[in-house]
Amino acid sequence: MAILEIVDFGKRFTIHHLGKTMPAIQNINLSLEAGEFIGIVGKSGSGKSTILKSIYRTYLPDEGKIMYDSERFGEIDLAQISERQMLYLRKYEIGYVSQFLSVMPRTTCRQLVTNALLEMGESEAVARGEAEKALAHFELDPKLWDSYPNTFSGGEKLRLNIAMATVKKPRLLLLDEPTASLDQQSKIKVREIIEKLKKQGTTLVGIFHDIEFMDGLCDKVYDMQTRQLTITQEVVSHES
Amino acid sequence: MYEEPILEVRNLQKQFGTGCIECRQKETRKLVKNFCKSCGTLYACQDISFDLYPGEVLGIVGESGSGKSTMMQCLYFDSEVSSGEAYIHTPDLVGKNIFEMSAQQKRFIRNHVYGMVYQNPVQGLKMNFSSVGNIAEKLIAAGNKNVGQMEATSKKLLENVHIPLHRMKEEPRNFSGGMQQRVQIAKALSNNPPILFLDEVTTGLDLSVQANVLDLIKVIQRDLGISMIVVSHDLAVIRMLADRTIVLLNGKIIEEGLTDQVLEDPQHEYTQQLVYSLL
Repeated sequence: MAILEIVDFGKRFTIHHLGKTMPAIQNINLSLEAGEFIGIVGKSGSGKSTILKSIYRTYLPDEGKIMYDSERFGEIDLAQISERQMLYLRKYEIGYVSQFLSVMPRTTCRQLVTNALLEMGESEAVARGEAEKALAHFELDPKLWDSYPNTFSGGEKLRLNIAMATVKKPRLLLLDEPTASLDQQSKIKVREIIEKLKKQGTTLVGIFHDIEFMDGLCDKVYDMQTRQLTITQEVVSHES
Repeated sequence: MYEEPILEVRNLQKQFGTGCIECRQKETRKLVKNFCKSCGTLYACQDISFDLYPGEVLGIVGESGSGKSTMMQCLYFDSEVSSGEAYIHTPDLVGKNIFEMSAQQKRFIRNHVYGMVYQNPVQGLKMNFSSVGNIAEKLIAAGNKNVGQMEATSKKLLENVHIPLHRMKEEPRNFSGGMQQRVQIAKALSNNPPILFLDEVTTGLDLSVQANVLDLIKVIQRDLGISMIVVSHDLAVIRMLADRTIVLLNGKIIEEGLTDQVLEDPQHEYTQQLVYSLL
C-alpha cells in the first residue's frame, strides 16, 4: 500500500473581514510509495504549500482524504484524526521543514537539535551524540554549534532546520521550499542532503521553486496546473 | 490511541451577579459581550470544557477580560465556580468532581497536585519571607517535616531556576521582576505537582529575561513531564510553549486546535483579527 494517498482533496479559506470564502485547492489526487520522493511544482499561489500544510494539519483540511500508513496507528486519515494523534505523529513519524526557522530564543544550535531527540524520550547522552552527528552531517561549522541561530545565514538556518527534522528519522518528511532564497552553493548542499535521506529510505514530499533543482532527484512530479502526476522514469533508470 | 486526560473540565461557569429572567437560560441569553444589561450580571466563564493530557502544554489566549484568569482561579480554587465539573485522574482523586470537594480536600489538591505561577509575584510569594523560606512553606504544606532535607530541596530548586546561592536567604522583595518570577516557579515546583498553572508569567518581563523563563518552562516540561496550562495574551509565547491552544472570547471557547493551526489557519472571526494583529 502507498504510504500516503491524497484523495479528492480540497481546502478553502473563509476570510471573515471580507465576508468571502476562497477555494485554495480542489480535486487533488496523488499517492506515493514508501521511500519515494515526490516533487510538487507550480507557480506561487497555486496551492503547493497548502497541500503540505494540510498533511501536517497546520491547515484544517476541508474535503477529501489524506490516507497515511502509520507505524503506530495503521492506515488513518490525517484529515480526521485527533489533535493528540497528530501531535504523536509529528513527534515520531512526520517531519516538516519550512524555509523559515522558528525556534526557542536563546537556545544554542547544538541544544536545539538535542532537544528534538530529548522530546522523543532519548537519553541525554544519546541525544547529544546523535545531535552532533547530525550537525556534522549537515556540514554546520562546529564553531557555530554553541551559538544562537538568530545570527546565522539563510543557508545555515535552513541546514539547522533540516537537521532538527531529520535527526528524529521521520518516515515521511515534508519539505516546503527548502531552497528558496539560497545561493547555488547552499542549494547543492541541500540537494546532497536530500539524496542522502533518500538513500536512507525516507519518504519525501517536496516543493521547489526551480524545477532544474529537482532533476534526477524526484521519482514523481505533481504539477499543480495540470493536476497530473508524472513518473520521471528516465531519471530513475539513469540514477540506478 | 486512547489516552486518559489528567484534568478534565466540563461546563465550567463563573458568573458575578445572580442573573435575571433575561439571562439565566444560557441558550437564549442576550449579553453585551459577557454582561447582562438588564440585571448587571457578568458571565466571566461560560460553559468551558476541555481536557489536559499528561505532559502536554495547553495554551489559553484571549483579550483582557475574556475570562482566562478567572478560569485559572476557579481551577486553582482561588475563586468558587458558579457551576461545572472538573476531574483529576490520579488514583486517589479519580471520579470525584473537585469543585464539590471539602475545603480540606481542595487544600490537599493545591498542596500535592497543583502548582501555580501568578502574573504578579506578590500573589504567589510572601515578600517578607526569605526565598528559601517561601519554598519551605510550600514543602511544609505538602507534609514535609525534616528541616535539613527541606533546605536542601529548596537550594536545589533555586539553583535550577538560576538564583545565585548567596542570595537564597534574601527576601524576594529585593529581587528584580524576572528573579521573583523564577522564585515563584521554584516554589510552584517544590511539591512535584503533576499539573502546573502559569498565568501570564512572562508579561512585563524584558525580552532577555523572558527568554530565560521560557527556556526554564520548556526544560521543566521536558524533564519532569508536567502538564501545564499556560495563559497568555502574547501569541509568540503561546507559539513557543503550547502544543494545543484554546481561544477565549467573552468567557467562551470560540476556537481550539493545534497551536500552529490556530495561528496559521484561524477559523473564527475574532481569532483571525488576533492573528492579523501579530507583529
